[in-house]
Amino acid sequence: MSVIYVLLSVSVVVAIIFFAAFLVSVKKGQYDDTYTPSIRMLFEDELTEHSSGKSRNNSQNNQL
Amino acid sequence: MDTHNCYHCGNALGTALISSADKQFCCQGCKTVFELLTANNLHSYYELEQAPGAQPRPAEDQFNYLDNESIANQLLDFNENEISIVTLYIPHIHCSSCIWILENLQKLSSGIRSSQVDFTRKKLSITYKNTETSLKEIVTLLNSIGYEPTISLEDYTSTKNTKKDYSLLYKLGVAGFAFGNVMFLSFPEYFELSEFWLEKYKHLFRWLMFFFSLPVVIYAASDYFRSAYKGLKNHILNIDVPIALGIFVLFVRSTLEISFDWGTGFFDSLTGLVFFLLVGKFFQQKTYAFLSFERDYKSYFPIAVTRIQKNKNQDRYTEENIQLYEVAKNDILLIRHGDLIPVDCTLKKGNALIDYSFVTGESDAVTKTTGDKLYAGGKQLNGAIEVEVLKSVEQSYLTKLWGKEAFNATKKPTYITIIDGISKYFTISILTIAILASLFWLFYNPTKAMNVFTAVLIIACPCALALARPFALGNMLRIFGKHQFYVKNADVIEELTKIDSIIFDKTGTITTNKETSIAYQGVPLSVKEERLLKNALRGSSHPLSRKLYDILEEHDILTADQYDEIIGQGIEAKFKKDFIKVGSALHTGNLHVKNQLKTAIHIQTNDSYKGYFQFTNTYRKGIPKLFNTLNNYYDLTILSGDNAGEKKQLQSMLPKSIKLYFNHKPDQKLEFIKTLQQQNKKVMMIGDGLNDAGALAQSDVGIVVSEDTNAFSPACDAILKASEINSIPNFLRLAKAALSIIKSSVFLSFVYNLIGLYFAITGQLQPVIAAILMPLSSISIVLYVTALTNWKANKILNAKKTTLG
Repeated sequence: MSVIYVLLSVSVVVAIIFFAAFLVSVKKGQYDDTYTPSIRMLFEDELTEHSSGKSRNNSQNNQL
Repeated sequence: MDTHNCYHCGNALGTALISSADKQFCCQGCKTVFELLTANNLHSYYELEQAPGAQPRPAEDQFNYLDNESIANQLLDFNENEISIVTLYIPHIHCSSCIWILENLQKLSSGIRSSQVDFTRKKLSITYKNTETSLKEIVTLLNSIGYEPTISLEDYTSTKNTKKDYSLLYKLGVAGFAFGNVMFLSFPEYFELSEFWLEKYKHLFRWLMFFFSLPVVIYAASDYFRSAYKGLKNHILNIDVPIALGIFVLFVRSTLEISFDWGTGFFDSLTGLVFFLLVGKFFQQKTYAFLSFERDYKSYFPIAVTRIQKNKNQDRYTEENIQLYEVAKNDILLIRHGDLIPVDCTLKKGNALIDYSFVTGESDAVTKTTGDKLYAGGKQLNGAIEVEVLKSVEQSYLTKLWGKEAFNATKKPTYITIIDGISKYFTISILTIAILASLFWLFYNPTKAMNVFTAVLIIACPCALALARPFALGNMLRIFGKHQFYVKNADVIEELTKIDSIIFDKTGTITTNKETSIAYQGVPLSVKEERLLKNALRGSSHPLSRKLYDILEEHDILTADQYDEIIGQGIEAKFKKDFIKVGSALHTGNLHVKNQLKTAIHIQTNDSYKGYFQFTNTYRKGIPKLFNTLNNYYDLTILSGDNAGEKKQLQSMLPKSIKLYFNHKPDQKLEFIKTLQQQNKKVMMIGDGLNDAGALAQSDVGIVVSEDTNAFSPACDAILKASEINSIPNFLRLAKAALSIIKSSVFLSFVYNLIGLYFAITGQLQPVIAAILMPLSSISIVLYVTALTNWKANKILNAKKTTLG
């Protein structure tokens, strides 16, 4: 049953890794602008005509 | 595609046809932008959104000051070797096309390495090679494609790279992390099975929980200890006192329990409590990234001015751009058309027509002649002028306002929230119960006395009580935001409920800046006379002429044979045989002047007086109704910097009991509010411009009414979109409703406390009971408060919409 020490330490280490990742992401400013990246990822290098209608509606809701 | 609007900016098309590649444009500027973008293969700009652009302002030399290296360097975030980074505020950023074009700037200028948009803050950060391009070139480029950045004095004085405060996020992370792990570790012992393996490992589990709780108590909960200490020092029993006491007792008792093997301890409740409290704090913090509540005159003033210097040897003049703070007495400055006058000065040369509406509240531009004194803050509307400086920037009449104490003192040093008020009685009664209960047990069973004492303090820890306010007000903050009433923080909402007097500014607040209504009185004008008038006005740049020009019907264009504009008087023009005079009453030969306070343009053709066009302020829709509604509950006052010209109309429009004051200067407005406050009134100021800045700062709640929430607004507690001004009574009602919801939830949390106290006093408090009761009470309070505020908001705000149709 002393395997519990291994299990516990693994679980704590995994938890700490995620916690550290959270701290780093906050520090690097990933939470500063949570909106722009959501639009940016939809851009393509060359845009086609039919995509214009959709993005228009989306961004108008968010214009405020 | 809409054929009646400009392909670039969406404005209505003019009469002249301006087109390129079968697209239509309203002006040459828009066409140029279109051609520039198409030539650089950036046509997708128009495919993401329809008509996303803005009319570019003709670039003259307004960015020349960026040639001055010390000014330009101050604007940079980073500047080393070849690479510079600058962050610019661009108000026009409004859609995905904007993001796309601004992040493709490198295609327009090779010196630009990359650019990144922060959409919510409307900021663009550009990385460029300073050997290939300069800040001035970049700004000029942005301006030429219709994205003019706003660079103000504030950019110069504000320290760059101010570190953001992430501490609440960190604390929330620490508490959440510890809470999850502690719950996981404490789970086996909830079932109290004296099982072999559990007995063997429970000490390890308990000490692990202890170490997870340490950072929670020391770091995540530190604000509560600090606030409790501060409160006690000022003899205030605020809500943080029982919370800090609860956390402390929880931690000490749990540590003792596991050290002496008395039990499992309450680490689960402890970390859960801190986590929930921090979630509440986080929720209450609603920030509007695109708004600023702290602005002063600096964000309205330019960063640099043009100084004219006379060379000693030759009779030549040189212009140089200097930083605004370097301006000294007796300097000669050049103020261009549309520029702001940054300091108090006297007019040396040129025709001054100054718009003071933002500074003093006067609705009409005033004409000044050589030798007249000009005050800082006015906008020059008629060509370039030269002025001689009288005082430096900080010494100027308007800017001195910011030296007053209303701007320095933190507004409410001993602010007591509703919950703090309750917590005083709460803390005292909890301590009494704890002492009485432990006294009883001392006689009955002394071993349990300490146990009961700590149990009472633990279970009575007012978690639910502390969560009611942040969630109720935080939710209200979001609801207000959805209705375009942007409130600075939750305290302001509570303050709103205490208001008993409301003071309105006139110009720009209850009147609109956009429209004026123009009415003609006198002998009707014939078609020929109207044509003369239109053509005479064409050449004038006086704002009133422009307004009148815009409403007159289109006529053929005539060229005047003779044309004179006399500053401060009017226009004289001759078209072949016909002669027309437009302007002031005296100028047109009307000697029986009536209504001198009202703004009017008088007309005289061929030596006979015809009549006048009268300009009146347009009041926003529903103003009489707004005042009638508010008048039932509040003391209303109108405090205007303008003259008394509109007094009669206001009196006829509004309820009789409303007090009207005119000709109040900015500092008089501040004093006015101070006097009211000395009479123990709680004052709300509703204003718009710099002239209200003092009053807004002095008042208990200062609200700025703004047509465009991106535009400059002085420091205040809340910003209201002008179109929502009629909802003010509803917002006030909602704020009151939120407060009564908090009060009712306090009652609910007492019920939970009574249940918990039963277990505590009878000495039966098990960790598992605490672990169930605490989250249960917290979550149910949060749900109760959120649901109720949403329901109330729906009832009050949407009921309005249905009645208005």
